[in-house]
Amino acid sequence: MSEEKTLQTKAISAHPGSVPGRHMQREVEVCKMIDATTCIGCKACEVACVEWNDLPFGETTFDNTYQTMTQTRWNYWNLIKFNEHKRADGTLMWLMRKDQCMHCADPGCLRACPADGAIVQYENGIVDFQQENCIGCQLCLSGCPFDIPRFNPTTKKVYKCSLCSDRVGQGLEPACIKSCPTGCLHFGTKAEMKDLAEARAKQLRDVSGFENAGVYDPDSVNGTHVIYVLHDATNPEAYGGLPKTPRIPFVYTLWKPILKPLSLFTVFAGVLGMFFHYVSYGPRRTVPPPRKDEHGNDTQRPAR
Amino acid sequence: MATTHNVQRVEAEHTSFGRTTVYEGELLRHSAYTRVVHWLVALTFLLALLSGFALFSPWLYAWIAPIFGSGARARLLHPWFGIAFAIAVLFQVRGWAYQMRWQPKDREWVKHAKDYATKTDEPEPEYVGKFNGGQKIWFWVMAWSAVIFLVTGVFLWFPEILSRTAMWICYFFHDLMGLIMLGGFFIHLYEGTSGIPGTLRGMLHGTVTRAWAWTHHPAWYREVTGRDPIRDREQDGGQLSR
Ligand code: HEM
Repeated sequence: MSEEKTLQTKAISAHPGSVPGRHMQREVEVCKMIDATTCIGCKACEVACVEWNDLPFGETTFDNTYQTMTQTRWNYWNLIKFNEHKRADGTLMWLMRKDQCMHCADPGCLRACPADGAIVQYENGIVDFQQENCIGCQLCLSGCPFDIPRFNPTTKKVYKCSLCSDRVGQGLEPACIKSCPTGCLHFGTKAEMKDLAEARAKQLRDVSGFENAGVYDPDSVNGTHVIYVLHDATNPEAYGGLPKTPRIPFVYTLWKPILKPLSLFTVFAGVLGMFFHYVSYGPRRTVPPPRKDEHGNDTQRPAR
Repeated sequence: MATTHNVQRVEAEHTSFGRTTVYEGELLRHSAYTRVVHWLVALTFLLALLSGFALFSPWLYAWIAPIFGSGARARLLHPWFGIAFAIAVLFQVRGWAYQMRWQPKDREWVKHAKDYATKTDEPEPEYVGKFNGGQKIWFWVMAWSAVIFLVTGVFLWFPEILSRTAMWICYFFHDLMGLIMLGGFFIHLYEGTSGIPGTLRGMLHGTVTRAWAWTHHPAWYREVTGRDPIRDREQDGGQLSR
């Protein structure tokens, strides 16, 4: 896949009209596959992410788990969530999930964004924030079903995982993939990764006794460009709050793109109506109409 | 008394907010204080409206946002314009709430709103006081809009106070209120200027003509002059006045 230039823009936030340059090249969709069943929680991907993206260090927090901090931050885009899970037989197991932007095919952040060009989606599936166009309104936070975008109050900009679009554009794999020692992270085309994930899930079901093993690639956002293999795909919530059916709020799917422009149009139609009211019915003038004095000014005297 | 073009100065309002001179044939409609507050409300509202509508739709962003420097600047300023608007409205409500209280005759007025819009050559019914039902509705819509804008705006400004879900709910109601106020503002602008000639001067200089008052607000005319609006209107229509 590395021969293709994969950074042709597919969608631009708050951009009136079509996307310049679309459909000019053959494009493949990229995908990161995370096999949660072979993750050992070593955090090499966390470090690689901070290093490659040159993110300034922040304090880690200790909350009696192995987790580096409670959630991702504007300067920490990739966090392994550690969850202690009780099996049916009462024994414990780790569920470890690398949490980061899912690069949805239908990105709620991009739908919510009011700033032209602050969020772009490339033909290859990567959803990228362009901080120079970001206005700091944080609506993307409420559009994202995965609670990913993070606000930096100092710069008043929002940040998140870019799927290393700078590396991918040069034919390299993302930094996290590069650093993974167990091979639980894979990167390739969406079709390849989907096949690989399905094969692994089948293996887990047939050989390892995880009868609910499956692939997480939710349809409710038209699939994602980060997919998981889970021991129990029927219960993604157990992996640190991965939503079973991620949903973009209706205000960003129905109100903002359709009903809102219609309402605005209605208001302006009303203004036009008012103008024609003026033309056809005329203003409400005084009764009787004002008289002019010798200077041509209106006079209105009380009757005496 | 000074005489200008045969018109006599009969009354003057004098406060630290300014003065209003009322000549013969005119009536004091809005005091200087009321006028200052109204135009502060209008100014802050328009700034908030414009910076808000910059972020309202992709089709407005590219040409409204640059008025404020950039989208980021419009977003930065908008909440502060909103707070200024809410404060101005507070003063407006303090001054007008009593006169704007809803009365049974205002229901009558709303029922006659269609005639009001179409029979533009007829004077208002005798019961119409200082503010008609439509004006009272606009006043209360404005007052409540300030509350709704403020509450929903604070959670959009500081989403961490509540939740991401609260944020999109607030976004929706903030939008809705913006649309209602945009439409209301256009109606108000029309009625205050071309729709009813002689009204704007009341909010600029403070006075209106007597004929304006007996035509559009007969009960108020009776209240401030002690005269019968209908008789005066009919007599003026005859030969009595010059
Ligand atoms: C910039 C354009 C505006 C113009 C030309 C204008 C004009 C006027 C005039 C002439 C009056 C007096 C009506 C009367 O004496 O009966 C008035 C009253 C009033 N104005 Fe405005 N106004 C403007 C903007 C606004 C805005 C933006 C608001 C609030 C958001 C507002 C709120 C009110 C209210 C509540 C009243 C009293 C009720 C009424 O007369 O409707 N005005 N305005």
